[in-house]
Amino acid sequence: MTPVLAQATEGGAAELWTFIIVGAVALGSAFGLILMRNAVHAALMLVLNFLAIAVLYAVLQAQFLAVIQLIVYAGAIVVLFLFVLMLLGVSREDSLTARVPGQKTMASVLGVLLFVSLAAATAGPFLGDASVCGSEEALTGTGDGVPCLGLAAVNAAEGNLRGLGFLLFTDYVWAFEVTAVLLVIAAIGAIVLGRRQEDPSELVEPGSTVLPARRGSGSAATEPGAGPTDADEGAATETSEATPSEGEERT
Amino acid sequence: MSVPAGYYLILAAALFSIGAVGVLIRRSVIVMFMCVELMLNSVNLTLVTFARINASLDGQVLAFFVIVVAAAEVTVGLALIVNLFRLRASTDADQVGALRA
Repeated sequence: MTPVLAQATEGGAAELWTFIIVGAVALGSAFGLILMRNAVHAALMLVLNFLAIAVLYAVLQAQFLAVIQLIVYAGAIVVLFLFVLMLLGVSREDSLTARVPGQKTMASVLGVLLFVSLAAATAGPFLGDASVCGSEEALTGTGDGVPCLGLAAVNAAEGNLRGLGFLLFTDYVWAFEVTAVLLVIAAIGAIVLGRRQEDPSELVEPGSTVLPARRGSGSAATEPGAGPTDADEGAATETSEATPSEGEERT
Repeated sequence: MSVPAGYYLILAAALFSIGAVGVLIRRSVIVMFMCVELMLNSVNLTLVTFARINASLDGQVLAFFVIVVAAAEVTVGLALIVNLFRLRASTDADQVGALRA
């Protein structure tokens, strides 16, 4: 572990500043996500949010999850989102006008209520001095608040990745195997859902009999008195012109 | 001058609420889906924080499973959105009032 990160995970002032800056980035990008009109901008805000959360994981002594967050979320999932956005057309701007009158006001009020209740329910007992992970009060059990034990001892014993792997393949091996099945099912489901179901009569394959028939009629109409070599050249140019137009028809 | 563990939980609660509000106010299905991802991430942040509080790696294992399931969910969900777009030529959630095709 680098000295900066070590300092940050031991409850020093570095953790406070990391939390303030990265937390502000996370909150700002989350607001940007729900307020950006353009869906691509929203996706970029989502990347920023994922990066901020990855930094928070590293501070919270979950180094493996920080890397996984970068690879899976910021790498794979957001790229998938951007793929679909590009596929479906990015030019359309999402109108933020609500169809239900007062929808945004009601949603904001509900969101504030949700935040207050969630924060009170989860964070309430963990705001005292003893809840500072790795501090004197937490280790001795003095001070108010539920003590935060910290993962420093667990991670120092066998390492974060080794400990996680040990848990995954002993206590949680059943869930791990079920997850493998779930991933296979999801992949198959995505393939089945993404398959384009076309009318078989509209399918034009490049080597099928449709192209030579068109080529013969076109060359006969445009060049009636030409020799066989000229007709072949015209046919060649016509097929090269006909292919993109057919592509347009198919799309 | 240090951070109690509750601050992380407050931040996670805020991110979850923002995601929920985003699902409620946005009309594009894709952006709603992104907000769901934001909510999943905030829950992961809560799990990792509690793993640190309890000095146990179980919370991190659970967060790991959440990440895997979210990846599978995104795959299927985006395929559904693409199909929906083919059917309706729109990703507006208000256009999909009924489940009939």
